Amino acid sequence: MSKFRLNVFNKASICRNFEEQTFKKITQKVIQFPVYLSAGQEYIPATIATVIEKKVMPYIFIQHRGHSTYLSFNGDPIKLIDELLGRGSGCAKGMGGSASIQSKENNIFGHDGMMGSQVPIAVGYCYSTKNPTIVFVGDSAAEEDYVLSSIGWAVTKNLPILFIVEDNNLSILTEKIVRRSWDMHEVSNGFGMLSHNISDDPKEIKVCLDSVFTRPILLNINTIRKYWHAGAGIDNEDVFDRYLDEMNKLGPIAEEIHEKTKIYIKNLWRQQLEKE
Amino acid sequence: MATTVRERIKKITYNHLVNLNSKCFGQCLTAVGWVGGTLPELYEENGMIELTTADVANGGFVVGAALSGIKPIYVVRYQGFQWYNAPMIINYASKSKEIWGISCPIFIRSIAMEGGIGPVAGSSHHSIYQRMPGTKILSPMTPNEYQFAYDDFIMNDDVYYISEHRLSYDSDIEFNDIIHKNSDFVLFPISVTRFEAEKARLILQERGLSVSIIHQLWIKPFTFKKEWLHCLENSKYGGLVLDDDYEQGVASSIAQRIMIQSNKKVYTLGLQHRTAGFHNKVDNLPPDSEDIIGFIEKLLEDNG
Repeated sequence: MSKFRLNVFNKASICRNFEEQTFKKITQKVIQFPVYLSAGQEYIPATIATVIEKKVMPYIFIQHRGHSTYLSFNGDPIKLIDELLGRGSGCAKGMGGSASIQSKENNIFGHDGMMGSQVPIAVGYCYSTKNPTIVFVGDSAAEEDYVLSSIGWAVTKNLPILFIVEDNNLSILTEKIVRRSWDMHEVSNGFGMLSHNISDDPKEIKVCLDSVFTRPILLNINTIRKYWHAGAGIDNEDVFDRYLDEMNKLGPIAEEIHEKTKIYIKNLWRQQLEKE
Repeated sequence: MATTVRERIKKITYNHLVNLNSKCFGQCLTAVGWVGGTLPELYEENGMIELTTADVANGGFVVGAALSGIKPIYVVRYQGFQWYNAPMIINYASKSKEIWGISCPIFIRSIAMEGGIGPVAGSSHHSIYQRMPGTKILSPMTPNEYQFAYDDFIMNDDVYYISEHRLSYDSDIEFNDIIHKNSDFVLFPISVTRFEAEKARLILQERGLSVSIIHQLWIKPFTFKKEWLHCLENSKYGGLVLDDDYEQGVASSIAQRIMIQSNKKVYTLGLQHRTAGFHNKVDNLPPDSEDIIGFIEKLLEDNG
């Protein structure tokens, strides 16, 4: 398990350091449009990518808070930097900003900005191709009526699709308890789908992926957003941080990975900015 | 015996599913009428896909299928339902090529009808798509026009909105533009109004008026041909754009573009700006030949 945890940490470290650098670029006003930082939530895609990329190359439908998904599934960080700088060399030709990124090489489809639209689109894609498909959605977008009906249709057609609800409990700042009286995994179970409500502990996630792509599965994964809904700010300093917790557990080797990755990402940003 | 629009659509759909191995999505496709008899009797194993009744999600399912490159047909049985089906098509499929360089072609069969069908389902709603980028819109009313629209879709990689009308399904006629050198008036009819505009033209002709008629197959992109401009500029009283949608949409947009390019006034006649009820006393129908004639005669009267 420790090797597995280290592999996940490797991916998570790229995500976390990328977001830390992006945070700085927002505060420095190098980036001046809404950016949806995924720090704090990176353990979800990092774990899923680590588990699944050994089995298949899935087709991925990303959500607006998707930098970590993009990077975990091997999206090019240089193209993401260029995208955030609005360049034609960006992963979405400079059109996608932070919310609509893609990676054709890695089967990652862009998101159009309409909350939850990626879910029916992913289901339609999966139905048409029967390719292994993963769709990421936030706990808020999951409330969209068309998300729920998509889950129902995926069950009806028994599609090889994995629904990941990245549940940070917040819609901007409105908590789930204010918005709804039900849970996604229970609704999903009601549709007849195999569903789990778990934390973003990599061990927990891994166990739930045993039968992935043999039937539709939904994982509601509880996590904690480190930064604001959009932009560079911190809602609450005193929250659990999965990334730091894992680094502490893994010890010096993880700290070394973190430091090396930090320098690597910092240099990438510097190199790309020098090109302007 | 000439082919009707209905038979042509059916043949096209059969070929699309059986020979091109594509899919046709929609609600209640395999019901008794097979969508006004326009669908071949095929089922899911042949690519005829019955969707749920979740209109908004359904639009997304078809977008996803289109991303896989199969060029699906999407049947929306009432154009008014586009208000629920359109969001993901307009915001994803129609923009995908521009944002991500990934084409997402869909052949949307959007079917109009009216008369006793109430405030949502009736009439044409192509204006929803017309005001947003990335979709081509045609309103074929003849067998050859329908074939042209489909062939153009197959040759391209865009989203196509096909604004159909059930009244055309029985028809086997082909329309020709009638362009007089010096008209009193020029009609630019769209969709089902083309049938009534032809009637109106003949009646007005009998009353001694010279009325040109220029049929509008393409709604978007809209190209104002030189011969049309010439015809309008040489007319005595200008032009009239006729539509089966609310006047404030496509009709006004086209009229404005024509007016900018010509020195003539161009009027519009379409659905009235009010909600349709079910009873014929409160319905909201497209202009018929009497409406068109009445409009033109009043205009001539006002202009002395």
